[in-house]
Amino acid sequence: MNPLAVSYTAVRELSGPLLVVSGVAGVGWDEYVEIHTGGQVRHGLVLAVAGDLAVVQVLEGTFGMDPAETAVRFAGRPLRIDVGPGWLGRTCNGRGVPIDDGPPVLGPREAAVAGAPMNPTRRQPPAEPVLTGVSAIDGLTTLVRGQKLPIFSRAGLPHLRLATQIAAQSTAGGEPFAVVFGGLGLTHADADAVRDALAGRAAAGELTILLNTADDPVIERILTPRLALTIAEDLAFTEGRHVLVVLTDMTSYAEAVREVSASRGEIPGRRAYPGYLYSDLASLYERCGRISGRRGSVTVLPVLTMPAGDITHPVPDLTGYITEGQVVLSPEIAAAGVYPPVDALSSLSRLMRHGARPDHLDVAAQVMAALARARQAAELADLVGPGGLSATDRHYREFESLYLTGLLAQSPDECRTLEETLRRAWQALSVLPRRELVLLPEHELVAHGIKP
Amino acid sequence: MSTASVTRVDGPMVEVTHSGRLAMHELVEIGPDALPGEVVAIRDGRATVQAYEYTGGLRPADRVRPTGTPLTARLGPGLLGRVFDGLLRPLSGGPVWLLPQTPGGSLDGQRWDFEPGVREGQRVDEGAVLGTVPGPGPVAYRIMVPPGTGGTVDSIAPAGKYGADDEIAVVGGASMRLTARWPVRVPRPVRERRPADTPLHTGQRVIDLLFPLLKGSTVAVPGGFGTGKTVLLQQIAKWCDADVIVYAGCGERGNEMADVVTDLFALADPRGGGRLADRTVAIANTSNMPMMARETGVHSAVTVAEYFRDMGYDVLVIADSTSRWAEALREFASRTGMLPAEEGYPATLSSALAAFYERAGAVMTLGGARGSVTIIGAVSPPGGDLTEPVTAQSERFVRGLWTLDRDLAYARHYPAVSWSGSFARDALTIAAWQVSHGAPDWAADRARMLSLLAEADRLTALAELIGVTGLAAPERAVLLTARLMRDAVLRQSALSPRDGYCGRAKGLALAEAVLAVGDRLRRLAEEGRPAESFEAVDFGALVRVRDTAGPDDDAAVVTACDTVLAGLAAES
Repeated sequence: MNPLAVSYTAVRELSGPLLVVSGVAGVGWDEYVEIHTGGQVRHGLVLAVAGDLAVVQVLEGTFGMDPAETAVRFAGRPLRIDVGPGWLGRTCNGRGVPIDDGPPVLGPREAAVAGAPMNPTRRQPPAEPVLTGVSAIDGLTTLVRGQKLPIFSRAGLPHLRLATQIAAQSTAGGEPFAVVFGGLGLTHADADAVRDALAGRAAAGELTILLNTADDPVIERILTPRLALTIAEDLAFTEGRHVLVVLTDMTSYAEAVREVSASRGEIPGRRAYPGYLYSDLASLYERCGRISGRRGSVTVLPVLTMPAGDITHPVPDLTGYITEGQVVLSPEIAAAGVYPPVDALSSLSRLMRHGARPDHLDVAAQVMAALARARQAAELADLVGPGGLSATDRHYREFESLYLTGLLAQSPDECRTLEETLRRAWQALSVLPRRELVLLPEHELVAHGIKP
Repeated sequence: MSTASVTRVDGPMVEVTHSGRLAMHELVEIGPDALPGEVVAIRDGRATVQAYEYTGGLRPADRVRPTGTPLTARLGPGLLGRVFDGLLRPLSGGPVWLLPQTPGGSLDGQRWDFEPGVREGQRVDEGAVLGTVPGPGPVAYRIMVPPGTGGTVDSIAPAGKYGADDEIAVVGGASMRLTARWPVRVPRPVRERRPADTPLHTGQRVIDLLFPLLKGSTVAVPGGFGTGKTVLLQQIAKWCDADVIVYAGCGERGNEMADVVTDLFALADPRGGGRLADRTVAIANTSNMPMMARETGVHSAVTVAEYFRDMGYDVLVIADSTSRWAEALREFASRTGMLPAEEGYPATLSSALAAFYERAGAVMTLGGARGSVTIIGAVSPPGGDLTEPVTAQSERFVRGLWTLDRDLAYARHYPAVSWSGSFARDALTIAAWQVSHGAPDWAADRARMLSLLAEADRLTALAELIGVTGLAAPERAVLLTARLMRDAVLRQSALSPRDGYCGRAKGLALAEAVLAVGDRLRRLAEEGRPAESFEAVDFGALVRVRDTAGPDDDAAVVTACDTVLAGLAAES
């Protein structure tokens, strides 16, 4: 019997995004739900079952629903979707329904959107870079295949432009590549900008866009990243592609989780986010990786805006604990007119050593150490004036300005090779006295013409 | 026979009604897939069960089967060199995707070489060794008479291959098997606790020189994200001189776990033969695996450690991260409607942490051997806030604290162990050990290093106000010496084959070299030499020697030190 045939109408409660229906039998936790109300069909997920009661979160929200005219049907199992290469080149809404005038996306296989944990012993540690063509990332915080590396930003900074640039330019050394772009709570203007910037990639059949716009139902955002990752896992581990999943903005996602939690009357944790936010975010971010013996990889690049720029806010904080590093954007650097305004000192790619050559690592470490020293010198100069600085400190300040203009700054449509990025890094370092370059081995110094 | 069925499902929390007996912390099997769960509350014929698998599709009225036993760990051959989940089910050899129906691989069907060590008619007490099974590396499994049993050996199996549940002896009428079972929440008994007296050499200079620990001690490692917590713990797991390492990845990253496992399998054991993995048991419960299994993962890890301790080994447990474990406690407490204490954590948090750390210790085992369990627990404070409950409560129960400092990490100074925010309550005992092991100056050197670093911090704060040029030459000599101390000694590159691990002699030599250079600098400054003249000297030889000399090459350090001292002499 098709479980969807059984319709329950005893809707007991509607509040916020939640619906409680009674008199149900045989309904399981986390089942997918269809809700027929006033001629519309809405969708939901079972949040709890107790006796003959089921609590459902309605993805489209409960606006306009009348309990007397609502019928609830349960799918008999957690949500599964069709997966396969049919998703490439498509643009869909946050529930995976096409908005590009094309037919529904069908695929040769089905997969559960909740995913399953990958056996840690079958994981292959991330290795080899995803080259983004952005110096700040390729040079100093290399993105590695199978990694999860978020961009921490704040309102008003060009994080969406950077995320889109990365989505448009990234490659995996000539191997099959694809991008799944999940937009969460984007404004229509932003959504259009994303579609325009990625048009080339879409035409090449290397892109799937899932868009939940700011005026789309908030709760739908809980589903969107899961769809994106389910599609990506199949493209990677069945189709053998290297897949980059861009999720922006994860702060909007966390707000949807908080809204559901508050409606359920759960005990709030920090800033009223539920205590399980860590596990919930992990269930998304941890879906990146590589599998031994299979070709593809899933790399996750979440973008999030830190409310009021606070890096200790639960969303960036918990994200930072799960992800393998972070790329932090700085309003000071943006104010200086530099794009992309990446604050290299606060940024880190923990897996960089698996994606960069030894000589590259040495240069990056030296640039970082020099930046840290330059920052100290700058702070000192603010207090005591440039005259109070030692000669060495003045060299460091010169290095920093060369770093900003020569290495960091690039235009939003400029795609730099890794060699070009490294050449610019050496150029900036060359203004420092040789005795300061303690992290660079002797032969590298000689090879780059820095004489004893 | 009691019957029980599901009445409510809310994520990992399952409520069941039952008629008949059901005990607290009993293991139950839930629903058609027999998901494992543990009873955590009983009231009026209803029990609250925490499920250790994804409960998607679980329905009210599904059957629940009590097993009659608490959650137990299966302890026996096969542990070393393998990866397990939080319930100690093998993951090695399991499927790619862990589903409730196929949670992992299996050790069934494996057979091990057993070599008897007792004769029939011999009298054996609890904890006595009945025989041995060789491990994959230098650590052999000693098959012991379980606690609470003993008597005359009625029969003992001859040398040969046996399965995990085969009988290998009958002692006092009781059947002994190759594999023992033990409830994970109950500490294994010992004859007595004895004072810990031997340092655990970690190969990380900042630890061994400044904040050392004893075998049998406990350390908490709080650090915000990006401070290098996991790398530090992995380095210790690879290089410390414990016999057995139990690495419990608890609610952490899957890639990191894969990295640990790959590294351990690739690296040769510095303590003779085989791979590092051969003396490691890894427990992996990554952050996207079922949350409640995180909670049992730490208990499983300590139980495994105690099992090897009882064989007479020194065991190190690394729990990364205890915060994720505490969060699992909080999450479940909130679902059951328990009254929250600090930041939503249950009021039982501090007693749970204390009970965990108290399972560490140096002991005389039931069998009369010396063994120890050392626990290093990572703490992940939200927002790097060290006053949050898990950090604050852990500090109370540990012998050592290694606080990781975000500023150091941002300056890429790794390991980012803060010298001002850490402590080592074992330092006095270790000083005594060092005196009797050829390093009489260890305690004095440590005190000088700590005071140098503290003095430099004070001067740095001052220099930020008045500029470094406003400081007198002797003060600038202190700043320079502290910088050398940080760059040449305390910094250590986990990636470098020569610097990743540092032997005891090389570590001491490096510290003494910088102290000697510091003495010379101070003397020069006091003699009226301007600071600029000695700040311009190239100290590269000394700064690089940690990386250019081998891990045990203290002679090269002395040479580098002499080179720098000669350079300073030439300047004057």
